[in-house]
Amino acid sequence: MAPESDYAKVTQQTVQPDVWLPVLYTVQERKAENRGIVTLKLAPSEAEMIESIEPGQFNMLYAFGIGEIPISISSLWNSQQQLIHTIQDVGTVSKAFCNLVVGDQVGVRGAFGTSWPLEEAKNKDIVILAGGVGIVPLRPLIERILHDRNDYGKLNVLYGARSSENIIFHQDIISWQADPTLNFQITVDHAYSNWRGNVGVVTRLIGNANFDPRNTAAFICGPEIMMNYAVHACLDVDIPEDRVYLSMERNMKCATGFCGHCQFGPYFVCKDGAVFAYPQVKSYLNIAEL
Amino acid sequence: MAKHHAFRTDIKGLISLFSQLSGQGYSQIGPLVRDGAIMLGEIQSFDDLAQGYTDEQAQGHYRIKPIPNKGLFQYAVGPQSFKQYLHPPRRKLWSTNGTNQNFTVETGDKPQKMVFWGVRSCDLEAIKILDRVFLEGAFVNKWYQQAREQLLIIAASCPLPSANCFCTSTHTGPKPESGFDLGVHEISGNNGIYYLIETGSQKGEKLIKKLQLQWASAEELESMERMIEKAASSMKKRFEPTEAAELLKKTLEHKYWDEVGNRCLSCANCTMVCPTCFCTSTEDITDITGEHSERWLRWDSCFNGDFSYIQGGKVRGSTPARYRQWMTHKLSYWYHQFGTSGCVGCGRCVTWCPVGIDITEGLEELAR
Repeated sequence: MAPESDYAKVTQQTVQPDVWLPVLYTVQERKAENRGIVTLKLAPSEAEMIESIEPGQFNMLYAFGIGEIPISISSLWNSQQQLIHTIQDVGTVSKAFCNLVVGDQVGVRGAFGTSWPLEEAKNKDIVILAGGVGIVPLRPLIERILHDRNDYGKLNVLYGARSSENIIFHQDIISWQADPTLNFQITVDHAYSNWRGNVGVVTRLIGNANFDPRNTAAFICGPEIMMNYAVHACLDVDIPEDRVYLSMERNMKCATGFCGHCQFGPYFVCKDGAVFAYPQVKSYLNIAEL
Repeated sequence: MAKHHAFRTDIKGLISLFSQLSGQGYSQIGPLVRDGAIMLGEIQSFDDLAQGYTDEQAQGHYRIKPIPNKGLFQYAVGPQSFKQYLHPPRRKLWSTNGTNQNFTVETGDKPQKMVFWGVRSCDLEAIKILDRVFLEGAFVNKWYQQAREQLLIIAASCPLPSANCFCTSTHTGPKPESGFDLGVHEISGNNGIYYLIETGSQKGEKLIKKLQLQWASAEELESMERMIEKAASSMKKRFEPTEAAELLKKTLEHKYWDEVGNRCLSCANCTMVCPTCFCTSTEDITDITGEHSERWLRWDSCFNGDFSYIQGGKVRGSTPARYRQWMTHKLSYWYHQFGTSGCVGCGRCVTWCPVGIDITEGLEELAR
């Protein structure tokens, strides 16, 4: 028996562009979300621009002379005219992005990767579980669901942050909390004396969510360890495993399946993911150092 | 698929082919003797080609030695494969000039028109695998595509496979079957060495026509078949690629990974010499003014520490995990990604492993 394969030869009909060349964008707006996390609004510097972006996808962002990193699309608001990215200062390149000011130029390649399967979620209740900056690729999903609110059932957004200082998207949170069609719950791992909300891991919030498990889709993004627990929390309340989706993170240099860095079992996270249905990755998630 | 005809020539036919190609502006790449090994390099004159040598290979062992037979192809593959010309170890992707506020991007170099001399069947199949990686997916590696479109391949069958060769297991040799422009078979007859040449493309037919060669006799064709059968039966290492692919899926937590990880130096040699390993990294090089920067693509290896680095640490910190990644990718996940094994049985990873780890022995251990 021939081994399982996802390979299907693609014959390219047209002359292909050089996938390595970036499109130039200019920083139009910069907003510090908290210490070390910045949201940038980018507008095309010239006529060329990144098109047809879906929630859950990412772009490769190039900082002049420094390097390039994969960064999730943070919002699709006004995405015809601009790109919105939220970046945490964790390395050389992300630091350079956090230090950019309005008027600076960057390079962008994209959009890459799979998107949150909104079609599959139509007419279903929704549970969104975000851990830390995992909220970033989930925000465009929330925006899209709110935009087409009548196409979906109950909407639950469960957000866990390390502490109140690490919470981002305050403006969105205020509007989500005020929205009667959305059940927004937030928790922190470590509480200071001024915190009056939930304390503990995000998976506990699932008890406060309203949904019919048989007709629910769950979307998860956060640190890998958090996603492991979050998946099991969903399965424990009988959400079918093929309706649980998660977004993986791996080292990426090319985003086109050429550099090999992002491999996770048989997958290239850059093009087979970053969004996966849980059954695709379940046999690999628990193997150490895969 | 046996061809029923081939042309016959002595070495003069090949020399005249070389001159013909020089006149057409090709950069001619072929095997030559350098640094005590059969290496690849640009052939300025036909005499540059390695001639009258054979090699001796074992686990972690490689030597070349002169032999009385003045043939061009009496050795197995050396450390380098033609991968380095289609997918260079270092290549400038683009350069940029300006400042943070305003910069422009210029594309890097373009590949040249090349002819590869003496491509063994394993390396020929490796090129077909790289085609799947770089040309047949959702994205196209443009540089590779341009190099590939201008490429002329003169393949050669293997009269003397090494002790590490196992192309009969991977069904990739020892005779080049397709994907070449010209296929050369070097036969050591009673009256000296002669060459049978098969054509594999219109480009190849056009070239051969100009040489005005005679047809090979039935006897000569039979000698070729005998030579190939002898080469095939000399290979002793065995495994079945489709079985290996299934086996590896079930053995991700086998104790073999710790055992081999204790021997493996994580030196990345196997991935550098492998004709199908394609992983790369990018480097940004900025000059002292900060106003000129270049992006380079360079080979990388799943054995390198930073390869799997993400915020918070390395996904594969330990050597057993890196070895498992390399072997399962090559022999199992490759089917998933590209519909074929990533191994062509060239044996380079066995020969050039400084501690002599043998991928075929690994499969036996995992099956136990």
